[in-house]
Amino acid sequence: MNPWLPFEIIAAVRFLRDGRMQTMFIILGITIGVAVIVFMSALLAGLQANFLSRVLTSSAQIELLPPDQVARPLRGAGEEATIQRPAQRILSIDQWQTVRQRMLAMPGIIMAAPTMAGSALAVRGDASRAVSLTGVEPESYYRIIRLPDYIVAGHPTLASDEIIIGTELARDLGASLGDKLNIQAATGNRAVLRISGLFDMGSKGANERNAFVSLRTAQSLQGRAGAVTAIELKVTDIYAAEVLARQIAAANPVRAESWIATNAQFFTAVNAQKSSNTIIRLFVGLSVAFGIAAVLVVSVIQRSKDIGILRAMGASRGQILRIFLIQGALLGLVGAMVGGAVGVGGLAWYHRVMRQADGGELFPLVLDSGLFIVTLLLAPLTGLLAATAPALRAARMDPVEAIRG
Amino acid sequence: MGEVPRIPVMELRAIKRAYSLGPTKQIEILHGIDLMLHKGEFLALMGPSGSGKSTLLNIIGLLDRPTSGTVLIGGQDTSELGDAGITRLRGHAIGFVFQEHHLISAFTALENVMMPMMVDKGFSSAAIEARALALLAQVGLAHVAGHRAMAMSGGEQQRVSIARALAMAPALVLADEPTGNLDSHSAENVFDLMRQVNKDSGTSFLIVTHNLDLAKRCDRIIDVADGRLVLAV
Repeated sequence: MNPWLPFEIIAAVRFLRDGRMQTMFIILGITIGVAVIVFMSALLAGLQANFLSRVLTSSAQIELLPPDQVARPLRGAGEEATIQRPAQRILSIDQWQTVRQRMLAMPGIIMAAPTMAGSALAVRGDASRAVSLTGVEPESYYRIIRLPDYIVAGHPTLASDEIIIGTELARDLGASLGDKLNIQAATGNRAVLRISGLFDMGSKGANERNAFVSLRTAQSLQGRAGAVTAIELKVTDIYAAEVLARQIAAANPVRAESWIATNAQFFTAVNAQKSSNTIIRLFVGLSVAFGIAAVLVVSVIQRSKDIGILRAMGASRGQILRIFLIQGALLGLVGAMVGGAVGVGGLAWYHRVMRQADGGELFPLVLDSGLFIVTLLLAPLTGLLAATAPALRAARMDPVEAIRG
Repeated sequence: MGEVPRIPVMELRAIKRAYSLGPTKQIEILHGIDLMLHKGEFLALMGPSGSGKSTLLNIIGLLDRPTSGTVLIGGQDTSELGDAGITRLRGHAIGFVFQEHHLISAFTALENVMMPMMVDKGFSSAAIEARALALLAQVGLAHVAGHRAMAMSGGEQQRVSIARALAMAPALVLADEPTGNLDSHSAENVFDLMRQVNKDSGTSFLIVTHNLDLAKRCDRIIDVADGRLVLAV
């Protein structure tokens, strides 16, 4: 016997080992429960991380836009009139350099990048396609939108006569790296630009419709020299983006749209998933707890003579209580360790087997060490709580009745 | 030379034990028992089933409390003690040998003998193991130290339980029909062992038995009938 272990731990381990079959089945039950929790939590985290990574690397976390134009009737109120919403022209942000400097000085904002967006026609020979043309300052824009990560051919730098387009658009126009495209803006301005890079954002729509040029080229094409249509922001806490956007809109003559507001449906889905996951975890946890309690109740009955003998030998009620509490905690701990390993194994297998149509991964494998630490703490705690009732019953046993069985 | 002073290890004074059979009705099992057991005594407790001997043994063993009366163990009045004090005193002063030997199946013979000492100290130690081995050798079972209860004969198990009862070097060992489940040969061996321990160490024994031949080999026989001591030989 290990001289370093207290008597209660030795007795608890021996009792569990003595009832081998019972112990094995309950550990199997806990293992399955913990594996399900680990698997589901990691899967959900992976899917969320995948979405966030896609959204946050291909769009700004907060976008500042000029305020909407509204019609102001000149005649007084009370007269019958139908006021139509005016068509929205391409507008620039008033005093955008000042706004940008103010943004960079604001706590919680890492980067601010001006952009000029507008529609244009990309023409090559007989082929033409409508594109959304965005003029950017690469040095600031690439720190927000990770366009260089999506470049599959060429380079992400943008000279005034260069353009970066998506792989789908290049295919539609029959163009490849180094070819020249005729870009015609809605204003009638034209420019011939050389394809310096091809990107693949993992979305056919994005690859078909988006094109990037330097800010000055875009301003020239849209006929708005020195103007920008948006300021894209990167923030330190992505989940505080909506609060920050409201603060910015309240203090500046701009509209501020956070990624949270523009992806509201995703958040609704994530919250629904989180709720269902929490409910599943709760019920799995309860099943595990009741399983442990049931096994220990049976164990207390089976071991009543042993309990009586131990009491006759001078074991205190506290010692008996601890023997059964330790059994509950040990069952939880072993189940959590095995279950955690099974959950990770299952996740790795699922990650390897479930692929997208193009063979890419369906979701990134996110193994949060915090999840394992919490599981390793919560499972023994659950075992301890589940063991309380049987342990109290054992401790309160009358030794005479216990010995009699 | 004067007579060697007799030291009482256990004394019962006017012990009564009643059980309630409902909100108003009570049944009295023991009707005022007085008994004294001295150091080194080897006492047989006899009586028909239902006479109250098990109840009496449980009260002497501090497993049960009397409804009235006083139990003194080593001169200490146990009615003044709480549950923790009673448990501690029981662990130190009294050893138990049961009819069905009641070894804990999850432990080996050696570990069963170590158990009372581990319960007392909270941990195992080399000294505890050495004492347990010595006790097993004393009952002639050093060779089965690593065996589980299931792997031993009834006689062997009972001898292990005697070794366990002696682990804390108690002043008193209570044995509830220790030979009741054994064949005559094993019963003789177990009885002789207890007698030997009694003579060698001066440990007092109180043995409940139905076997008159064995009882006659004790220092005294106490007969219990209907909750009273009716005969003291």
